[in-house]
Amino acid sequence: MSTYDARFKVWRGDGDGGGLEDFTVEVHDGEVVLDIIHRLQATQAPDLAVRWNCKAGKCGSCSAEINGRPRLMCMTRMSVFDPADTVTVTPMRAFPVVRDLVTDVSFNYTKAREVPSFVPPQGVAAGEYRMQQIDVDRSQEFRKCIECFLCQDTCHVVRDHEENKPAFAGPRFLMRVAELDMHPLDAAAESGLDRRRTAQDEHGLGYCNITKCCTEVCPEGIHITDNALIPLKERAADRKYDPLVWLGSRIRRRGEHTA
Amino acid sequence: MSELERQRWDVVVVGAGGAGLRAAIEAREAGARTAVICKSLFGKAHTVMAEGGIAASMGNVNPRDNWQVHFRDTMRGGKFLNQWRMAELHAQEAPDRVWELETWGALFDRTGDGKISQRNFGGHEYPRLAHVGDRTGLELIRTLQQKIVSLQQEDEREFGDHEARLRIFQECTVTRVLKDGDRVAGTFCYERESGRFFVLEAPAVVLATGGIGKSFKVTSNSWEYTGDGHALALLAGAPLVNMEFVQFHPTGMVWPPSVKGILVTESVRGDGGVLRNSEGRRFMFDYVPYVFKEKYADTEEEGDRWYDDPDHNRRPPELLPRDEVARAINAEVKAGRGSPHGGVFLDVSTRMPAEVIRRRLPSMYHQFKELADVDITAEAMEVGPTCHYVMGGIAVDSDTAAAAGVPGLYAAGEVAGGMHGSNRLGGNSLSDLLVFGRRAGLHAAGYAAGLAGRLPAVAGEQIDAAATEALRPFSAEGPAADAPPENPYTLHQELQQTMNDLVGIIRREAEMTQALKRLAELRGRARRAGVEGHRQFNPGWHLALDLRNMLLVSECIARSALERTESRGGHTREDNPAMEREWRRINLLCRLADRSPSFGPVEPGAPPADPVRGQIDLARSTAAPIRPDLLALFEKEELVKYLAEEELYA
Repeated sequence: MSTYDARFKVWRGDGDGGGLEDFTVEVHDGEVVLDIIHRLQATQAPDLAVRWNCKAGKCGSCSAEINGRPRLMCMTRMSVFDPADTVTVTPMRAFPVVRDLVTDVSFNYTKAREVPSFVPPQGVAAGEYRMQQIDVDRSQEFRKCIECFLCQDTCHVVRDHEENKPAFAGPRFLMRVAELDMHPLDAAAESGLDRRRTAQDEHGLGYCNITKCCTEVCPEGIHITDNALIPLKERAADRKYDPLVWLGSRIRRRGEHTA
Repeated sequence: MSELERQRWDVVVVGAGGAGLRAAIEAREAGARTAVICKSLFGKAHTVMAEGGIAASMGNVNPRDNWQVHFRDTMRGGKFLNQWRMAELHAQEAPDRVWELETWGALFDRTGDGKISQRNFGGHEYPRLAHVGDRTGLELIRTLQQKIVSLQQEDEREFGDHEARLRIFQECTVTRVLKDGDRVAGTFCYERESGRFFVLEAPAVVLATGGIGKSFKVTSNSWEYTGDGHALALLAGAPLVNMEFVQFHPTGMVWPPSVKGILVTESVRGDGGVLRNSEGRRFMFDYVPYVFKEKYADTEEEGDRWYDDPDHNRRPPELLPRDEVARAINAEVKAGRGSPHGGVFLDVSTRMPAEVIRRRLPSMYHQFKELADVDITAEAMEVGPTCHYVMGGIAVDSDTAAAAGVPGLYAAGEVAGGMHGSNRLGGNSLSDLLVFGRRAGLHAAGYAAGLAGRLPAVAGEQIDAAATEALRPFSAEGPAADAPPENPYTLHQELQQTMNDLVGIIRREAEMTQALKRLAELRGRARRAGVEGHRQFNPGWHLALDLRNMLLVSECIARSALERTESRGGHTREDNPAMEREWRRINLLCRLADRSPSFGPVEPGAPPADPVRGQIDLARSTAAPIRPDLLALFEKEELVKYLAEEELYA
């Protein structure tokens, strides 16, 4: 087993400011960046603030930027760095700092509340839901999301544009809209809710210009852009600009009302 | 200090995993204004790590399944020590709890005819686990989280306030359950982000804090699992039951060291994976215990046939309950037949095509690839036992989830004891969370509503005492004038090593006695645990406070394990290797012995804590006899293996 001393720069501070602090710290075989942060806590900086939970890439708590790249600290192995390099760890840039590596991610919880929930189909009792695997595959892909918010952090629409935050849900929650829109039994339309239209009008889908930054940083490998955002844009566009689709939906809805 | 912020709620739920969220949903829907308080961000609870599935006898894959079969399997898995009424309710209500999740938007994997698919798991007679690949816990937590959001959206429409009737206090910790006489009166809490103290006044508190794994060095549990609810209950005067039963999951990662203990789902075996030793032998065939002889295959051929034809073949012994498999792996490694890094081999690569492995076990594929450079479609994994789950917990009433002896206190999920007896079956945890989370929420709301006009009050002195206790680490002093205070991280590591080495998977009297001595010494030192910095998001401070809970729970485990002179389920005594029928009816209850002084500041020159007495009083109680109609679900030949003569012919 090999051991070496690594050089780390870790951002320390709070909402009022701060800066990078230098550390030299032992690294053992097979370790990840979060192990090193924990070693710093135990040996050099007991009050170093870091958010983490499972240390297995399942909970999405330990998001940070490692050498400027949005990553989960628990899934970034030290072996990807040259031992001679300095590893720089900073908090997610798109969110306000609370302390050290911990940021205030409440933006995401606010956006989550703005997406209308699943609408259960009328007249289908619990236990009577029938869906084919092929029809749930797509939404299941989006439900792999561990809410690490790295996609929200990296998305250029909000990364350096605080002013866009009120109007833009971010990739994670646009994907949530897509997930519900593709749910085989979601009855939003029957209840008068047009998810595609709200994606465009209320969640800022139009801000996305499909640069795929979100997909690149997703630790779950979800194809956010290709499978969620682009299809949602296509569906929204159909609805909005195609007069036949528009007319068809009006007639169908009127028919339902009179039925 | 009693000037700090107070808020009044009907029900406070401590913990936001599966049990806590399910309790909160039920309490809110029953009309109670409900607050949930959790240490992590909303949606990050340990439940997300559950992989395999939710056990519920829906009979979608094998129509012979029903609640009676599930009940039998659960009792067998727990070696009949289970609080049988809980096992009965659990088996009966689990299907409804799963189906209900679909109405809240959950998307389980499907069968060919569009129903919820169910998979095989250790100890379950039929395919029974509703699942989503190997990330079922994430689906469960997300579904409950999104249901809560939908309830908050209702409140927004009705009252213009998302949090009018249901609020989540995330990244907050409860350090004390406050009382008014015998009754619960609220909780004392701090916000992790700011260190600010606050009080939630409520007549009913549901503890749903999960387990205790962080007291052990090798564990699959996250940092949150510091036994908070167990300790809060003890400190509030409620007893814990059967704390000696700790489940070591047979398959945790063993290499590299930084990931040692991370779980490898049982689905790997449920879907066809096999265990081999360094000689290439499928050693589990050598470890089928007497009580299970008739139920498991004795040749590899029969075991392999079972996957396709379960009606005419017996299941392979890789699918024995977890305690059996963990002991077998331990024995193989000890006998020198282990893998290079001290585990055994778990292989799916020779059992199914690479593309099937990637589809059915995506997160295992990912986990080994990313963290260990192992491609599980091409080579075997190395695995070994890891501390996973505590069967013991707060003693509760089976029907209402009410904690014994403290009106207004409820417990559900892993923090509650009894349901799983001496060993939990895989998949029975997620169903337990839903069934008893719902019951706890329902009965807590009912209790709170019934109190109208007789609400408990929180006394200022209790709040001051709790605040003083929580602030102590900032003014801790070393053992001598010029010595520094103790480092909480060092104390935690020593505690984990002690429990791992001396109260681990195989136990001996002398080692447990030694463990109690070390725990007493650590307890003394923990009172001098000090921290630097200030109260804003200070992990050293948080750990110093959590140490109190881990030490209390560890003592319960060690003391109960020393007392129970038999081997059963998750408790294996090398010096008492047999399961004794007389012990089946015995429950061990732990209560706090010495309420005030052990948590006060250390007096100069005070004698060291007494390891023999410690902080815990242990008492035996006799379990209620199993109801005859439930006993009638078993063959007499099987019952004689577990029950004493007089129980059989009562």
